[in-house]
Amino acid sequence: MPIESPFHARTSQLCTSMRWKDWAGYFAVCSYEPCHEQEYFAYRHAAGLMDATPLFKYTVSGADAGRLLSRVMTRDITKLRVGRVTYCCWCDDAGKIMDDGTVSRLDDDVYRVTAAEPTLHWLRLNARRYQVAIEDVTTKYGILALQGPLSRGILGHVCGRAVTDLRFFRLTQTTIDRRPVTITRTGYTGDLGYEVWCDSADALPVYDAITEAGQNYRLMPAGLDALDVARVEAGFVMNGVDYHSSNHCLIESRKSTPYELGLGWTVQLDRDPFIGQSKLREEKQRGSQWSFVGLDYDWVAFERLFARHDLPPQTPHGAWRDPLPVFDRTGRQVGQATSGAWSPTLKKNLALASVKRSHAAEGRELLIEATVEFERTRTPVTVSAPMFFDPERKRG
Amino acid sequence: MNPTASKPTKSSYDAIVIGGGHNGLVCAAYLGRAGKKVLVVEKRPVVGGAAVSEEVVPGFTFSVFSYVVSLFRPHIIRELDLPRHGMQILPMETTYNPVPDDRGLVRWGDAARTRREIERFSPNDASIYPEFGLAMSRLSRFTKNIIDTTAPEPASLHPKELIKLLKLAKQFKDFDGDMRYLNLKLMTMSAVDFLEEWFESEPLLPAMAGSGIIGTFMGVRSPGTAYVLLHHYMGEIDGAYRAWGFAKGGTGQISLACARAAQSFGVEIVTDVGVSSIDIANGRARGIVLDNGDQVSAKTVISSLDPNRTFLKLIPEGQLDSDFTASIRRYKNRGSSGKVNLALDRLPTFAGGREGDHHLRGDVTYAPTIDYIEKAYDEAKYGQFSRNPFLNIVIPSLNDPSVAPPGKHVLSAFVQYAPYNIREGAENWPQQRDAFGEAVIDTIEEFCPDIRDCLIDKQVISPWDIERMIGLTEGNIFQGELSLEQLAFLRPVAGWSRYQTPIDQLWMCGSGTHPGGGVMGAPGELSAKTMLSKKAV
Ligand SMILES: Cc1cc2nc3c(=O)[nH]c(=O)nc-3n(C[C@H](O)[C@H](O)[C@H](O)COP(=O)(O)OP(=O)(O)OC[C@H]3O[C@@H](n4cnc5c(N)ncnc54)[C@H](O)[C@@H]3O)c2cc1C
Repeated sequence: MPIESPFHARTSQLCTSMRWKDWAGYFAVCSYEPCHEQEYFAYRHAAGLMDATPLFKYTVSGADAGRLLSRVMTRDITKLRVGRVTYCCWCDDAGKIMDDGTVSRLDDDVYRVTAAEPTLHWLRLNARRYQVAIEDVTTKYGILALQGPLSRGILGHVCGRAVTDLRFFRLTQTTIDRRPVTITRTGYTGDLGYEVWCDSADALPVYDAITEAGQNYRLMPAGLDALDVARVEAGFVMNGVDYHSSNHCLIESRKSTPYELGLGWTVQLDRDPFIGQSKLREEKQRGSQWSFVGLDYDWVAFERLFARHDLPPQTPHGAWRDPLPVFDRTGRQVGQATSGAWSPTLKKNLALASVKRSHAAEGRELLIEATVEFERTRTPVTVSAPMFFDPERKRG
Repeated sequence: MNPTASKPTKSSYDAIVIGGGHNGLVCAAYLGRAGKKVLVVEKRPVVGGAAVSEEVVPGFTFSVFSYVVSLFRPHIIRELDLPRHGMQILPMETTYNPVPDDRGLVRWGDAARTRREIERFSPNDASIYPEFGLAMSRLSRFTKNIIDTTAPEPASLHPKELIKLLKLAKQFKDFDGDMRYLNLKLMTMSAVDFLEEWFESEPLLPAMAGSGIIGTFMGVRSPGTAYVLLHHYMGEIDGAYRAWGFAKGGTGQISLACARAAQSFGVEIVTDVGVSSIDIANGRARGIVLDNGDQVSAKTVISSLDPNRTFLKLIPEGQLDSDFTASIRRYKNRGSSGKVNLALDRLPTFAGGREGDHHLRGDVTYAPTIDYIEKAYDEAKYGQFSRNPFLNIVIPSLNDPSVAPPGKHVLSAFVQYAPYNIREGAENWPQQRDAFGEAVIDTIEEFCPDIRDCLIDKQVISPWDIERMIGLTEGNIFQGELSLEQLAFLRPVAGWSRYQTPIDQLWMCGSGTHPGGGVMGAPGELSAKTMLSKKAV
């Protein structure tokens, strides 16, 4: 039975649709309204407020904290300066990905890690030689993701310049309604946005202060369904959907590497040893077998599939995550699409996929399985970069 | 959009587009994409034409004219990559019809909730409402094929034309008997007669019939208005029929996105300079003459202005044969609508006792009874603006707070009827404008009692103003009425529905051509594609 997040008293009142799901053992809202559409648009036009508390959170502190994290993460965390956040992933010895998340450096010797899965054991296992303290702070803090083009105005209202001047992937420690908070300029929507960390005990006053400031900015509480559409547009991979943590995989072929997932940019090879380094170096030299790509459906062909049955084209209602096989022109399977969505902003039907590197060149035409009126067929898609939507305001 | 100058950099282009409304810009973008050197000339300091956002009151951005979008073709959005250039559309999820001394009717995105709302007025209407929606989407799919292709030319014997006609005929035939019959009715009936075959209750009937009169000088009981109803039903966002939306930043953002897309293909846009005439020699267009007397030449000249302005104002007399001129003169413009934009200090309180503002996020149509709309039309018939007009209101700041300072709001009221030809003569509109604005605010007061307390400033636009500001003849919002005799292969006039004109190398691309008015980009796109396929540019 899932537990309640510290914001539950508010979110449960707002969730008139009663649409909840289990996210990492917490009750999480799918959509506050019966349909997630307006919440999606809040992320893209105004601002959406999402309870992101269920993320696993760890504080890593001590003289060797940076060194431990550098050993575990694909990035050299010793180079991360105080006040900055970085996105990275971590692998097993074979260079297969286990999870992805963010590392924030709060102070010289204090870091915070977020993860999609329990990671305490892995951090401790690798910490034996180091002088560090690792604490699971998952229940200690609540996290609110405030995302969307007007999020800056709202937080500016609550905390002033400290936040309005905050640059992409930086953090600041300030107060909201006199309660200490850490604010990072990060998020999972691919838009301008922030994540606010507060003590669980302060959750409600912080929530109230943000919602009140948000009133004049059309702030909406937003759930996971809307987030899922936004993250597909942004081309962000999701653990458990687009890849599987290597320690959950029963078979080798299910595992992937950062390079295969388009996360090669988070891998810093030339430095002190880190977990998976030699295998990743080999892969880098050899070239990966798989590539993570975006797929853009050929709309005219897609429409025709429906017209054959005298139906108007039907786009997926929300984001989907039941994998679909992907084929080359000759009908040979060359990969699988792992999630997708109709993009209301781009007016495109999109998917994220892992395909053989030989078939991953941008612009390449492939076929994806589609079922219309109980009839299974294939329809053309064009390979593109996964980041379909990347507005300037995200970084600006 | 990159800054624009008012002087072209070159003296000669492959194509010159007259008018920087969204259709002109879409046309230019497609030609630019095909590698052509294109110049767009816009008379006003800003591009957009009827699809324009302007900060009329400091801090408040008005969608000055056009205020909601639905018909914009999704494939144009994809082909020109408009989201990358700043186009974002937010769907409208509700329709609210205030009724004096009542909670009124709200139709929601949630079908069950809508059914319960309609049930208060008529259980019968509530149960048939979804079926009506289904019938209309089947019909609009037929019409959609018409708006996404050039108009069929029934007088032509060219095999391609025949195939096209046959295709449409086949679709028509594939409809079952009922649907075919329904379609015919739609083409000939009045909005009310058509709707009364389904529904019995007010305010549902008048609320729905309202879309049948938008932009026409006809009443809800005038034959032919049923088609206009469908034109408005065709709205599709995301492939779903009957979906309207707001453009983030106001309707003008759509035009700006088109302009940026055009610029990204190398199109040059000049603003703040008008075209005074089209340079024609030996029946062939050679270029244009600007207001300042400068001449610019081009292989092809394309006008996005309405047919009246293009053929009767920009072309020197004697260049066109008199039959053609006569049919252009007969082409009906008859402006009948005005617009009142308000800057509000806060959200006004709507009578009816509904909580919150969820029901105001879409549009608010004030047309409590059929008689109410008919009376409004009666006044117009005799050359007066309606004292109690039909209103279609939106408060875009509720969805897109960026158009007003925090906590403040923008209210846009589309008003009918405001005939261009008032009794006193169109040129007397400036003396009537204030009274017209007051009549509108008085009417709003009927369901928003504190509207005047919230008012910071207003912009009142009569059809005469529409004509003066953006050149739409008689202020007709669609560059010519969407009546049957002016649609498809008859738009603007029989024989000239394919964007070509009797003048060699002079083309058209505005709403006055097939498939007509509305912010949809289709005329611009189809004309460009036709020119390219005919190697006319
Ligand atoms: C009040 C109003 C409300 C409307 N509401 C809606 C709505 O809600 N939804 C909808 O879909 N549609 C609506 N419409 C209709 C829609 O806006 C128009 O059909 C569409 O914008 C027309 O686009 P266009 O590019 O064809 O022509 P226009 O927008 O008319 O563009 C023509 C351009 O040419 C310029 N021009 C004129 N003369 C010259 C010259 N001599 N030299 C150079 N440039 C010149 C004008 O300034 C203008 O920019 C509305 C229209 C009006 C007026």
